[in-house]
Amino acid sequence: MPARVVLQQADIARALTRISHEILETNRGGSDLVLLGIPTRGVVLAERIAANLERFEPGSGIVGSLDVTMYRDDLDRHPTRTPSPTRLPAGGIDGKTVVLVDDVLYSGRTIRAALDAIGDLGRPRAVRLAVLVDRGHRELPIRADFVGKNLPTAVAERIYVRLGEIDGEDAVAIESSEGERS
Amino acid sequence: MRHLLTTETLTRADALAILDVAEDMAEVATRAVPKLPTLRGRTVANVFFEDSTRTRLSFETAAKRLSADVVTFSAKGSSVSKGESLKDTTQTLAAMGVDAMVLRHSASGAAEVLAASDWIDAAVVNAGDGTHQHPTQALLDAFTLRKSLHGDASRGRDLDGVRVTIVGDVLHSRVARSNVWLLATLGAHVHLVGPRTLLPVGVETWPVTTGTDLDEAIAARPDAVMMLRVQQERMHAAYFPHEREYSNVWGLGDDRLDRLPADTIVMHPGPMNRGLEISARAADSPRSVILDQVANGVSIRMAVLYLVLSGSDPREAAA
Repeated sequence: MPARVVLQQADIARALTRISHEILETNRGGSDLVLLGIPTRGVVLAERIAANLERFEPGSGIVGSLDVTMYRDDLDRHPTRTPSPTRLPAGGIDGKTVVLVDDVLYSGRTIRAALDAIGDLGRPRAVRLAVLVDRGHRELPIRADFVGKNLPTAVAERIYVRLGEIDGEDAVAIESSEGERS
Repeated sequence: MRHLLTTETLTRADALAILDVAEDMAEVATRAVPKLPTLRGRTVANVFFEDSTRTRLSFETAAKRLSADVVTFSAKGSSVSKGESLKDTTQTLAAMGVDAMVLRHSASGAAEVLAASDWIDAAVVNAGDGTHQHPTQALLDAFTLRKSLHGDASRGRDLDGVRVTIVGDVLHSRVARSNVWLLATLGAHVHLVGPRTLLPVGVETWPVTTGTDLDEAIAARPDAVMMLRVQQERMHAAYFPHEREYSNVWGLGDDRLDRLPADTIVMHPGPMNRGLEISARAADSPRSVILDQVANGVSIRMAVLYLVLSGSDPREAAA
């Protein structure tokens, strides 16, 4: 198998626990927090972080999903993408601290699209970014506030994030370009 | 999806994909800013050789919600009266830079001719061709049906086992033809009711059952009754003796409305002839979803415009 596993299930769980504590610490508690996951795997991660927050500070695990397909700048460079639902919590996002959650931070273009989408949905007090993996190679001036693991990669490599809810197991793996050829 | 011309060749997966994207588009309408930047810089031309209120406005609204630019052509007051052909008219528009053409034409097959020709590069969306097809109307009807049955849990659902009765002027109706194929593809059972003279020749080859008795059809407790407009502008012969008789025998009057099961919905593609195929009370009753159909039409057309205008151009990829 050419893919090299870099995070196991326990590593992912520890990273998400630490991110959850960091979110509460930065926000000075769990009030007025809204976690928005970016489909598909960001939503699963947001739900796991929300479950953690709920455990640490009951009442703080408010979660939703934010689809950014219609805000992408590369729609005419890929086959047609099917959008996923956007679900906002009942209270909306006005005046809240929104934490965007995604699996991998790469070029930053998905987050740029997410910021545009948020602008059309309301006016949060602040927007933060939490990612499980930061693999570098940014093309925009965007950085994450909460990072599970920094993974220096080559552009030719691919990162696979697998989560139990979708893929049946938890793992983060790197597939090298050499591996792809062999 | 390169063009949308007919529902007859649409697969169940394609149809469900359009309906599901429309669910997301419907959600946009509820936002503080009901607008998406998706089609910024694209131009949609509404090319209407035949009159229309809701379809033209619906496509225009849909295109604007996706930030596309809209140009509108209507045959009335244009060079068509000087004898300009479909080819020349569409090529003139294409020369001004158009990415999608929404075409309505009185000739059946006009959209197919335009799409198959090498006259233009733009995507073609059929907005009604003669008595042939009106695919976005059928899609919005299927969307409305699904929504009334499953509410917010509609995503991904088909119409298996749903029974729809379509009543009236099937002969002249592109809405009926589009619906018959789409609803059958989605698993619904379609029953056509109307005077023999207004059921087309060859209807026995369609995936439907037919009848002439509306009361019998209502007694069979359908999930939806779709009343068709009596298209007097296309009638050049006497298809029924008198309007009053048509209304008595095939109209959805107050007494038939009261005999419908409590959860049966009433649909009409519009424009309505109140008092002819549908009574005012039926049209305005709580079970009427006619205005929902109009609202859902915008979501469906947003989905269709997104699907034909996004994605890498297959011709470029092949090059």
